[in-house]
Amino acid sequence: MTLLTALARALAAEAGRAQPIRTVRHVHLSGRPLVFIPLQLAGEACAPLAAMAGDDRDKPRMLTVYEPRDRTQRFDFAADLAEVVLGYIDSYTTADPGPEAPYPDAPQVLVPNNGGISFTRLLSRSTRFRRTEGEYAVRQSVPLLGRWLNFYSERSEAPASALLLSMTAVLADHWASGQSATEDANLAALLGWIDPPEGMTGAAAARAAEDPVRCPPAGPATDPTFDNEVLAARIGAIRAAKARGDGAALQRAQLALETVLKTQLEPTWELMWRAVDLLGALPAGGHVEDRWQADRRAFTGHVNWLRQGNPPAPRKDSAVAAASKLARMERDQQRLAVQRAYDDPLVMAEYRLTSDAFAGIVVDAQPDRLDTSGKRAKLRPWITVETSDEVIAGPGTEFASPGRPGQQAHVIGVAPDGERTRVILELQSGMGRSLTPPPGSVPAVGEAVTYTTLTDDFQRGPTFPQIADTPWTHGGPPPQYPGGADEDATEEWS
Amino acid sequence: MDPTEARLAKLRGSVMPRRHDARTISALAANPGCGRRALMDAAGVDKQKLAAYTGYPAPFGQSQFAIARGNAFEAQVKENGAAQLLSLLREHLSLDVAEAYYTDLGDVGGNEASEVRHVRTRQLLATVDENLGTMFDHPLLRLRVGGRHAYLEPDLIAFQLHGKFSIIEIKSFAVIDDQADPVKVAAAATQSAVYVLALRDLLGSDDKVRDETILVCPENFSNKPVATSIDVRKQLTVIKRQLSRIARIEDLLSSCPEDLTVDLEPDENGIPRRSPGEVEGAIRQIAANYAPECLSTCELCYLCREEAQGSTGALGKQVREELGGIEQVTTVLGLARGAAPSPDREEVAAVLAKAAGLREDLL
Repeated sequence: MTLLTALARALAAEAGRAQPIRTVRHVHLSGRPLVFIPLQLAGEACAPLAAMAGDDRDKPRMLTVYEPRDRTQRFDFAADLAEVVLGYIDSYTTADPGPEAPYPDAPQVLVPNNGGISFTRLLSRSTRFRRTEGEYAVRQSVPLLGRWLNFYSERSEAPASALLLSMTAVLADHWASGQSATEDANLAALLGWIDPPEGMTGAAAARAAEDPVRCPPAGPATDPTFDNEVLAARIGAIRAAKARGDGAALQRAQLALETVLKTQLEPTWELMWRAVDLLGALPAGGHVEDRWQADRRAFTGHVNWLRQGNPPAPRKDSAVAAASKLARMERDQQRLAVQRAYDDPLVMAEYRLTSDAFAGIVVDAQPDRLDTSGKRAKLRPWITVETSDEVIAGPGTEFASPGRPGQQAHVIGVAPDGERTRVILELQSGMGRSLTPPPGSVPAVGEAVTYTTLTDDFQRGPTFPQIADTPWTHGGPPPQYPGGADEDATEEWS
Repeated sequence: MDPTEARLAKLRGSVMPRRHDARTISALAANPGCGRRALMDAAGVDKQKLAAYTGYPAPFGQSQFAIARGNAFEAQVKENGAAQLLSLLREHLSLDVAEAYYTDLGDVGGNEASEVRHVRTRQLLATVDENLGTMFDHPLLRLRVGGRHAYLEPDLIAFQLHGKFSIIEIKSFAVIDDQADPVKVAAAATQSAVYVLALRDLLGSDDKVRDETILVCPENFSNKPVATSIDVRKQLTVIKRQLSRIARIEDLLSSCPEDLTVDLEPDENGIPRRSPGEVEGAIRQIAANYAPECLSTCELCYLCREEAQGSTGALGKQVREELGGIEQVTTVLGLARGAAPSPDREEVAAVLAKAAGLREDLL
């Protein structure tokens, strides 16, 4: 939570409508994402009940489990889901990108909320170690689905990745509603604030959306009242018909269950695509494409990893893998923060409020100024920026500008000028090798500029030992993998 | 009946009181500033019923699938004199329990009255043989909340070995690869801490109850139970501090009208004679302290949320802090738009105005 976001929430509460907190979209949005809405049975660790999935808003595929506590049916569900998900993924790997190059595009999965991501992770955990022969054999596609779901849920932890996104998180990152973050976790309510129906305030739309009869929860948990008053009877009817051996009644009962589950899923399906449209209407931020390229590389890497016949990812990361993952995530997080500020003046405004940045107009410029103190003359232009932002930096502080990211600016002097402040900056780099700067490389008088101490300097990550050299303080080298795989495949399962 | 008891009975009206459990106490401890909840719980009011009757039904309930799963798992672990539990204690926690006894204190000779069960619990726990492992299921404990004793509807086993007790809680959420849902674990740890506190109170000694409690959950995707030790020292400190912050029930009562009641005054057919508006009016006479966190713990949350509209607190604690702790949204926006601030708010007003100006310029 930042001051600007808090203020936007207050404004939204007053206006009865969500307020934008970004000027651009900070995530990649696929032209053909796969929307996945899972539902699970309450009280179980990961018992799928139903799901709606697909990349065509007019043709959702609905999957139902008639007896969620039956192991075989759970894996049949996984196999059906594999058909949808793997079919979608395969459609991105038809072209040969050539050596070293990533695929031209990557499959993007959208789930309604963070619960959808947790479900994806658990479903991966329960499927990727399963055997395709012997006792409790599952269909070939099941462990493969599990490995893809693992890839996606792992990537969702990477701060800059857009391969698997939680819709409520993405929406809340771009709009401030007039309610609390807790309430924003409800997709229908959040969309109510952002895009209320004609003639309704966002506040009223959000309240209406909290009625589970009108707007069923977006999963994976179902509405307890629905469970008690509808679902229990439908599942009971299926069990009864099965016990009687009445095939016709069983079919009717199964159809009846499908029908009620559809009523729970369809409204969320509509909401997801509405959210896709809303996000699509925002222009993408400048670094979004760069980040998506990293996602495409990761995707391509995983395709190759699978093709090479490597074992599934272990249940837990080894100490070395976990440490390097964490270090990478920290660096990514920092880089992401810088990129977002550079891409979006409204994000940069946060830094202006804390005096980590200032914006203003160039009122004086000496583009040809030379520093002759050394052996050789060096091009060191000076510019004077007038700003109404508070500047607390002293002489020598290094700034950079989103408009000219490769150029450094050192503070020469800061002088108050009435309500405003004048900052004299000395520029370095990004002006070619000659002693005359190319046009446009030095800000001209009258140009609006932003300078910030925030920079995306490349920092080499820490080096970690090889997995085989894991020190005893971290448990020593982990047991050889895939030694654990067989044990995983035979684990007890209810 | 003492005068406080009489006032609370009057407040509750003609229905049977509901008992505190570890869940209500941890919810109360999460928001110790809420006099409404403290008073309603002390009086044993059925908040769920009130919320529904006044048109603000609670946004949470329990699915019968979850209840069935929880009961089945608990029954399985406690089967045959808690045989599974015993082997867990031996194997997973390496406790040397040679022999163990299992006693259910759910009722005493068919008598379920709190006082009787509590006295029986105290007698048995105080005179236990230190050399034998002993499990007491459903011991009825009590705790001082707001200056009064509240009985705890128990859902725990007190396990004694070598003169020290441990709290055992059985929960049906899964522990997958040694990890479980952090929200559920935190809730379980807080509840266990409440039991530790109550058990120490009962035994009159802190040393006799361990800081480490034992959580029994299903492992991975199976029904096989797994035991984990949880250190609840931190939760104990928090709950003790929060409980001490809850105002005395007598003080809360004294700020309410003498004849205040949330009774629905049902007629002989059980149909309420009081209108929902009248009941809501009565509820509103007790000051609440709404925060969005209430939405997952308190049955009255929607009513209180409605009442808190326009406050920055309803947008979340962090929002309120970012906005300089100012209570009302209108005050914040007034300052952001250049209204003259009071002397103590000059600084926050300047920041708000600057922020509002930036938004204006950039959008």
